[in-house]
Amino acid sequence: MCSLDPCRQGAGRAAVATMLLTGYSAARAELGYNLPEPASLGARDIYDIHHLTTTVVAVLLAIVVGVVGYSLYTHRKSRGFVADQNLHKGRFGRWSWVLIPVVVLGVDMTIAGKAEQVLESLWEVPKDKEMMEVKVTGHQWWWEYEYLDQGIRVESRYTPEEQSRDLYLREVDNRLVLPTHTRIRFLHTSADVNHAFWVPEIGFKKDAIAGYITETWTVLDREGVYRGQCAELCGTWHARMPIVVEAVSAERFSAWVEEQKLKMAAATAEASSDKVRSKEELMEMGRNLYNKNCAACHQLDGKGLPPAFPPLIAGSAFSGGESMTRPLEERGFLKDGKIVLGPVEKHLDIVINGIPGTSMQAWKQLNDLEIAAIVTYERNAFGNDSGDVIQPPDVGKARGAGVTASAQ
Amino acid sequence: MSSTTTTHGHESGHHHGPPRGWRRWLLSTNHKDIGTMYLVFALVMLLLGGAMAMLIRAELFMPGIQLMEPDFYNNLVTNHALIMVFGAVMPAAAGMANWMLPMMIGAPDMALPRMNNMSFWFLVAGGVMLVLSMVVPFLPGGGTPVNTGWTLYPPLSVQVGMSMDFLIFTVHLLGISSILASINIIVTIMNCRAPGMTLMKMPIFAWSWLVTAFLLILIMPALAGAVTMLLFDRHFGTSFFNAAGGGDPVLFQHLFWFFGHPEVYVLLLPSMGIVAQIIPTFARKPLFGYGSTVGAMVTVGTIGMLVWAHHQYTIGMSLAAVTYFMIGTILISIPVGLLVFNFIATMWRGAMTFETPMLFAVAIILLFTFGGLTGVMLAVIPGDIQYHDSYFVVAHFHYALIPGALLGLYAGTFYWLPKWTGHMYDERLGKLFFWMVMVGFNMTFFPQHFLGLAGMPRRIVDYNVMFTEFNMLSSVGAFLFGAAHLVLLYVIVKCVRGGAAATDKVWEGAEGLEWTLPSPPPFHSFTTPPLVR
Repeated sequence: MCSLDPCRQGAGRAAVATMLLTGYSAARAELGYNLPEPASLGARDIYDIHHLTTTVVAVLLAIVVGVVGYSLYTHRKSRGFVADQNLHKGRFGRWSWVLIPVVVLGVDMTIAGKAEQVLESLWEVPKDKEMMEVKVTGHQWWWEYEYLDQGIRVESRYTPEEQSRDLYLREVDNRLVLPTHTRIRFLHTSADVNHAFWVPEIGFKKDAIAGYITETWTVLDREGVYRGQCAELCGTWHARMPIVVEAVSAERFSAWVEEQKLKMAAATAEASSDKVRSKEELMEMGRNLYNKNCAACHQLDGKGLPPAFPPLIAGSAFSGGESMTRPLEERGFLKDGKIVLGPVEKHLDIVINGIPGTSMQAWKQLNDLEIAAIVTYERNAFGNDSGDVIQPPDVGKARGAGVTASAQ
Repeated sequence: MSSTTTTHGHESGHHHGPPRGWRRWLLSTNHKDIGTMYLVFALVMLLLGGAMAMLIRAELFMPGIQLMEPDFYNNLVTNHALIMVFGAVMPAAAGMANWMLPMMIGAPDMALPRMNNMSFWFLVAGGVMLVLSMVVPFLPGGGTPVNTGWTLYPPLSVQVGMSMDFLIFTVHLLGISSILASINIIVTIMNCRAPGMTLMKMPIFAWSWLVTAFLLILIMPALAGAVTMLLFDRHFGTSFFNAAGGGDPVLFQHLFWFFGHPEVYVLLLPSMGIVAQIIPTFARKPLFGYGSTVGAMVTVGTIGMLVWAHHQYTIGMSLAAVTYFMIGTILISIPVGLLVFNFIATMWRGAMTFETPMLFAVAIILLFTFGGLTGVMLAVIPGDIQYHDSYFVVAHFHYALIPGALLGLYAGTFYWLPKWTGHMYDERLGKLFFWMVMVGFNMTFFPQHFLGLAGMPRRIVDYNVMFTEFNMLSSVGAFLFGAAHLVLLYVIVKCVRGGAAATDKVWEGAEGLEWTLPSPPPFHSFTTPPLVR
């Protein structure tokens, strides 16, 4: 299993070596050992509960260690101590089974009482208040944020180590930008397996589960950049699902919204124009999109991660479970255990609609130009020199066919 | 051994001694031989599971992916847990039950010897399947490794290749094995006690196993059902856990934790029973609060069955539901607190000596108390939604299960090895092992609390440089912890092969029927029931 992994962390190790040499301080400001400073009202309450329970734990542990330590020192045979055979028969012995539970119950109720007050305000989303709504969808292995009120959609993926450096696994390409001092309601769900949204500064953690939409809410009360990670094991690249929240003032948030809207409008206009694209243009664009969207599973070099994720290189051997091989054979992409370049229509169908029952998801949210670029790239890169050039209108036609063909 | 005469003046095993060769083991119906096989199996699995932990800590020594593919890492995380729970701790506890229960309650053997044999060999079959589930992904067409963690949550577990099917059958086999062993233990305790030994005169270890056996029979079917539904979802087109087909992925979590939370007490209680035997012996005075210790064990088992969803606070349950699970979970601190209190009160005003079993017992009191207290922190929901699925949880449950289960089994091993083998173990090496475990264990898991609070999720193969220092410390501690087990292996082998002869009583302060038999005891423990007053 000690194979050469394409994602070896050369720079990471260099950073560690530097840190060791410089005694840590140069590489990083401080060592995290407690919850970070909260950035929302709820997180502040949680922080207080955390400190209450930690204190209770420390005190109780100190008492136990003290009593046991005293006994270990005093009640030893080597010091000539003679065992008291009647300790359990005295009044204390007979009633300790009542006394101890009562004392423990007292401690329990103190903690539970405090927790219950905080819990209600955390758990119940206020029904009568104006809220900004953000839908958070977990994917293998990226986050999708939909600003339901603003009509904006953001895809957020980890940035490779060459770009993120010391923030590797804590940095993304597109951040979740949120306004401060605004009630925000998050809706959590998943497109595939379970994930969990967790940013310690915001305070809560919520699972993203396919078929469920769960809600949480918060009010951010200080500007800043807050980093978290997916907290529910979601398969191969669970470690590569950072969450970065950028809390900004309401004015800056409005400006950001306008900027996003302009970008989206421009992209849509570009995609739906009838302009015929050159192969070079599509290949260049396709490579970027492929590396961003597809390489997590099919790898940068198209070799895939068999048997879970098939290679895209015609002629390479592939064997795996029948649930994976059968759909590939039906679509004409696998023959006699070898990957072949199937028909263009089927290729478009797989990218647009995914392969139900496998981990190949549908990519219909990409626009026609983007899909045309990806398919063109896949059919000409990695030595697949088919010469096929797919234009955006072809994708539009395939989408129409797909709608009638697929169950959705 | 067959010619040994017991102190009770009757000859044992004169009509048939142990059969010779492989038949003695394969066809064994003898509680001691089966107990030995359980213990050897557990030791092998412990070393295997431990080796996996070493690989995990080696990968996490530095940020970056150095040694393995992410899915192989996830597979290690999964199978380390399953091997330790089902391969090491449960079989070791069952082995000690097999060896000690008949001797403690004055019976010749377990009540159902043939079933005893069957439950052991089902266990071996399950162990083989478990190991195979790791091997198949390396074979052509073997599919992906199990990368779900031991919780096997769908939909991720539906994506996995055929290794998951091996794991599902593993769970079936282990479940059958556990249920058969539990039935045997309950029947033995209920029917084979010596005359005069009422339930409330029974050694506390027998009580701990009685509660454990009932728990196992109640919970194993839930897990077996859950994984069977998973199998059907994977291969036969059902949608029990598939939301797109009208199913519910969260249902699996409820079924799993209905098994999984009581399972914690299944691991814990036998070891608590062992501690409750050891402390009176080395404090040279009776257990403080026998009745309340029994009551606490029964209460832990009962409440433990009713609070499973505290493992799922983040799935989006109603306020009423989470409040119930929070209060119920916090209340478990009452019986557990009582147990710990009784242990300390047994030490109090005793005349203590500190042989290896007692060292472990004292360490268990302190470390398990800490593990239990962080459990209360986790039970409190506002705290938990920060700690959940972070390294804080990893630290917590290793502090609960290593002292609470594993160290108890080590204590029991040193306590009973002289009785089992007839030789004293090497006390100096025993103490060396103890101190290596103490330093290694605490160095491994204490820093993980900080990692979790600082924001490191669990089950990640790679982490940001901000988590480096504590991870390095933790890995170094883990290697020491792992190395300690070479000492353990050596001590055990040395003790089995020879050493100073052990007396019948072995320990100065030992009380109970098992210490009236010779060391090693005759093939059939008590052929004439002893009288208990």
